[in-house]
Amino acid sequence: MPPYSISLLKRLLTVSALLALLLLITAFAGVITGSTDQSFQAILVQLLGKGVPTSTLGEIIWRIRLPRVILAALVGATLSVGGLVFQALLRNPLAEPYILGISGGSAVGAIIGILLGLSRFPGGALLAFCGSMGTLLLVLLIVSGRAATRKDSLILGGVMVNALCSSVIMFLLSVTQNSRLHSILFWLMGDLSLSDPHQLLLLSSIVLPCFGLIFILARPMNLLLLGEEMALNMGLPVRLISLVLLSTASLMVSATVCCTGLVGFVGLVMPHLLRLWLGPDHRVLVPACVLGGGAYLILCDLVARLLAAQSEMPVGVITALIGAPLFIFLLKRAKS
Amino acid sequence: MKPAAVFQNLHLAYGDRPVLNGLSFAVEQGEFFIIIGPNGSGKTTLLKVIAGIVKPQRGAGQILGHALSHSSRRQLARQVALVPQQPPSDIPFSVAEVVLLGRSPHLGLLSLERRKDFTLAEQAMAFAKVDHLAGRKLDQLSAGERQRVFIARAICQQARIIALDEPTASLDLAYQTHIMDLMEKLRKQEGITVIMVSHDLNLAAMYADRLLLMKQGTIINLGTPAVVLNFEALERTYGCVLLVDRNPLKDVPRVTQVPKGFLHKTPRSGPEP
Repeated sequence: MPPYSISLLKRLLTVSALLALLLLITAFAGVITGSTDQSFQAILVQLLGKGVPTSTLGEIIWRIRLPRVILAALVGATLSVGGLVFQALLRNPLAEPYILGISGGSAVGAIIGILLGLSRFPGGALLAFCGSMGTLLLVLLIVSGRAATRKDSLILGGVMVNALCSSVIMFLLSVTQNSRLHSILFWLMGDLSLSDPHQLLLLSSIVLPCFGLIFILARPMNLLLLGEEMALNMGLPVRLISLVLLSTASLMVSATVCCTGLVGFVGLVMPHLLRLWLGPDHRVLVPACVLGGGAYLILCDLVARLLAAQSEMPVGVITALIGAPLFIFLLKRAKS
Repeated sequence: MKPAAVFQNLHLAYGDRPVLNGLSFAVEQGEFFIIIGPNGSGKTTLLKVIAGIVKPQRGAGQILGHALSHSSRRQLARQVALVPQQPPSDIPFSVAEVVLLGRSPHLGLLSLERRKDFTLAEQAMAFAKVDHLAGRKLDQLSAGERQRVFIARAICQQARIIALDEPTASLDLAYQTHIMDLMEKLRKQEGITVIMVSHDLNLAAMYADRLLLMKQGTIINLGTPAVVLNFEALERTYGCVLLVDRNPLKDVPRVTQVPKGFLHKTPRSGPEP
């Protein structure tokens, strides 16, 4: 029998196991690497819970490196799954939260939240969610009714919305002398250094249920690839499913933007890599994006930390350096 | 036996442009039913109403005895399968995966395809003669092959009614008869009702039990090919000069367009002085 008859469940489990292993390895690498040179054994002793947690090394590992690695994994997973959802819904391989301007919209909302003196959760996150839904609506309005030129107008719409968001952000930064904003510029390129356990807990309580919901809707996403009419004819309530998927994706993306700022192109790179390897079935791709996307951002952060040994480099620099060329390549291929 | 589809007084408008203007008709089970008419007469929209993709603003419909207004999307999906006019080609699935998607209306959100679903997909692919293409991607197929893949998908959906929108439009002659023969076989062997929109009057006359001739959202004529394909009605509906004679293969009318240079050779259809 042809390859499609290999049981999906078996494939799902194999792929998940492999990617979970990869995630663990990168997470381990992320924890043992850092600016303080420590012996491998000492770190291992700490991780196994046999060291003194109050020592300097214990502090560094449990309060700085591990939260940072977990944050990177959550953000990478969210952005990858977000990219996957937007690509399926808009049936456009170039769709991605950052490119569509959804991250930018969340950032505007989050900054307004900071200026108003709101806490990051829930006030800031709520405003960020409103910002992302607003930009999403704007982009969809720009795209609607132009099926023929959709691919291009979607990108153009995203670029314009992004430009608008950046200028709004710069405007807000310029007119206020708010001390709270001193790290904002850094944050605009994605900053994983502001991670504390409490915030991690909040973030995971938002994004993990979102992953679950999107996984449940994986087969409807397959049907959506066939186009709206075919999906309707196969019994799918297309509007409802699209609305649920769009708002879920926006919600989780804006939550990560609140924590880490703008990390671009992750939602482009991971879904494409995984699709090349695993094929188009979302029932495999959703869990693969969660695990693989997490590993990818941990790795990018590791590279950023190694390259800027004594200072800090925003992780968004690395993801953009990898993602932007891929975007250009895909755009070129989509045209020909 | 309940009729496959019954519609009463269908009205539908896109914005303020009326598309369907009070159509009423019924399709029997196991019938080969072909909808013809000029461009913009509402054929495709009517097919979408039958497939449950658009809802009429007024009027009532029944599919296999179930009122359209009381059926869920899933119920309807198990009764009517649609073969679109231009099957999408840019989707990354393989042929087998597309055909298997036809099982969706029968599966729960999280349930996986079982052996039975795979078997049905294989049978559907064999029936539409695309089983040798199972592992190929859609964009590697010709238009005719892709059309057959979507017919296999519709068969795999196990619906009692298959609705096709101009399935032969972009195909060469061999593929055209192939597709029509395939639908005829499906009707004969499985008793499936075939409802098709077509521009090809002569193919329609050869295969259809009944024809529905539409113009501007209304029914001009409904009946056997011999009744519907009469010269006056066709000329009035299509607004061009035609020659209608007997088809030598079957006792049905044969329609030929008459170019300007041949007007003097067609006494039956020349413009009245």
